[in-house]
Amino acid sequence: MANVLVVAETRGGELRSVALEVVTAARKAADASGGGEVHALVFGAPGTGAAVQDSLGRHGADLVVAVESAGLEHYDAESLAATTAERLRSGGYRAGFFAASAQGRDLAPRVAAALGVSLASDVTALELSGDALVVQHPVYVGKAIATLRLTGTPALASIRPGAVTAAEAARTPRLETAPPASDPASSRVRVREMLARGDAKLDLGEAPVIVAGGRGLRAAENFRLVEELAAAFGNAAVGATRAVTDDGWRPATDQIGQTGRMVNPNLYVAVGISGAIQHLAGMRTSGTIVAINRDKDAPIFKLADYGIVGDLFEIVPRLTEEIRKARSGG
Amino acid sequence: MKIAVCIKRVPDTEMRFAIAGDGKSLDQAGLKYDISDFDGYAVEVALRLTEKDGGEVAVICLGPDGVQETIRKAFSMGAARGVQLKADTVPFDGSAIAHALAAELRDGGYDLILFGRQSADAGNGTVGPMTAHLLGLPCVTAISHLELADGRGTAHRELEGSAESVEFPIPAVLTIDEGIARPRLPSLKGIMAAKKKTIDVRPAQLGEERLTVQSMALPPERAAGRIVGEGPDAVPELVRLLKTEAKVL
Repeated sequence: MANVLVVAETRGGELRSVALEVVTAARKAADASGGGEVHALVFGAPGTGAAVQDSLGRHGADLVVAVESAGLEHYDAESLAATTAERLRSGGYRAGFFAASAQGRDLAPRVAAALGVSLASDVTALELSGDALVVQHPVYVGKAIATLRLTGTPALASIRPGAVTAAEAARTPRLETAPPASDPASSRVRVREMLARGDAKLDLGEAPVIVAGGRGLRAAENFRLVEELAAAFGNAAVGATRAVTDDGWRPATDQIGQTGRMVNPNLYVAVGISGAIQHLAGMRTSGTIVAINRDKDAPIFKLADYGIVGDLFEIVPRLTEEIRKARSGG
Repeated sequence: MKIAVCIKRVPDTEMRFAIAGDGKSLDQAGLKYDISDFDGYAVEVALRLTEKDGGEVAVICLGPDGVQETIRKAFSMGAARGVQLKADTVPFDGSAIAHALAAELRDGGYDLILFGRQSADAGNGTVGPMTAHLLGLPCVTAISHLELADGRGTAHRELEGSAESVEFPIPAVLTIDEGIARPRLPSLKGIMAAKKKTIDVRPAQLGEERLTVQSMALPPERAAGRIVGEGPDAVPELVRLLKTEAKVL
């Protein structure tokens, strides 16, 4: 029997989808160990715990521990790390799970260092096995998958967004409040403001569909074709290759690949992308991959489930039209 | 300003990639090595800061003697000093590495300690913040923008779909994301100067290894895809397949 603590990430008072994925993973690990409890630690302004309690319970949390303070409206690395470490230390937990999101990748190593334990980072699968946590972790930018063995208690892991599918396992969770272990007002590192990044409604990490463009588009203004196709899907985000973001056609935050974002949408449409290793590293785990490229020998076609060879300036507008029709039931 | 940059030597897996006979490491035959990509950005950030405000950049690299080549590359970009923390192999466990780096950095008097956001081989992204904790220093990870003034810094961190502006006091540990400063190519003058610089070699005081590699495998192959057709006339068939076969529409 193993109790598992998760940090359920919120932003602006709302749960992020990765929080439900991590709770799902914790529920499975606790059940597999013979029925431990899942406790979800939530940080935010007053009221956050009550707002997210039902959703966390529906995905398998037995207890929601709300750490609420006006000073925790934004992510406060030092206060969250001290509080999470303290809870793990005093609560007798077998394991602690985080999302390997921008926040979790920052938080988890701090917690591990505070506890003097090691961390399995950015894992795609995990299992408690005897005195070890055994995980899968992509190495060499996704070219190989390592099976790692982590010893020590608590066993800490951060889980790659999208690697676990959130599933329901209904509970009626208890709600408990706890003070932060260190006052956010005394933190040395402090978030001063949130910065807007473009007008994208859907984040690359969360969009079910991604339409990404490469050099084959020839000029920044031709990204209009990619945006129109994304709009036709209705649930798509726009991504780009490194070549494109390096040239300033798109902001750096749009970059998918080894040095950019790692994504795994249900559908990935690669437009004018030849398929450099650096790009493939960021999208190879996508559900279905479609490639449109003029060069039939482009490496992207080796990875793609479906390919169309030809002039993207003719193919993409036609695809946009057909997707629009398909979505309107035509 | 005195800046340390912790860099890692990683195999260049673009050219060649095979798993060794032990089933848990990379086949070393014919491998070439280079500085891990994000660490190159960190060196560049450090050089620009010292060029602007004066000071010195030291690079620290843990590993076997082969890492001296990586340290010399940083020399040729403009780093003034280099330290090899000698170890036969580099542990997979970030906390074991952090212990060795913290021991080296503790009394160094550095204003800033920089890391790449994560390494290109293990890809854990844990060594920077763990080292910061061991040193008791404030830490900001994965920064895409940096300004320093009057003993304080402001950095931007990219989040999913937004970003945050973060303030911190100096000294501090920072890990560097891409997009902040493209690494310079070594100049001929730099390469000549690099040959004359000496590298301090000390044994690495590694921490306990609790995260170890059991096995390594190639990712599952995707089922062979197919070319649906050529040109715009293939579009209706593609849409039909997406709807009925892939079921993603």
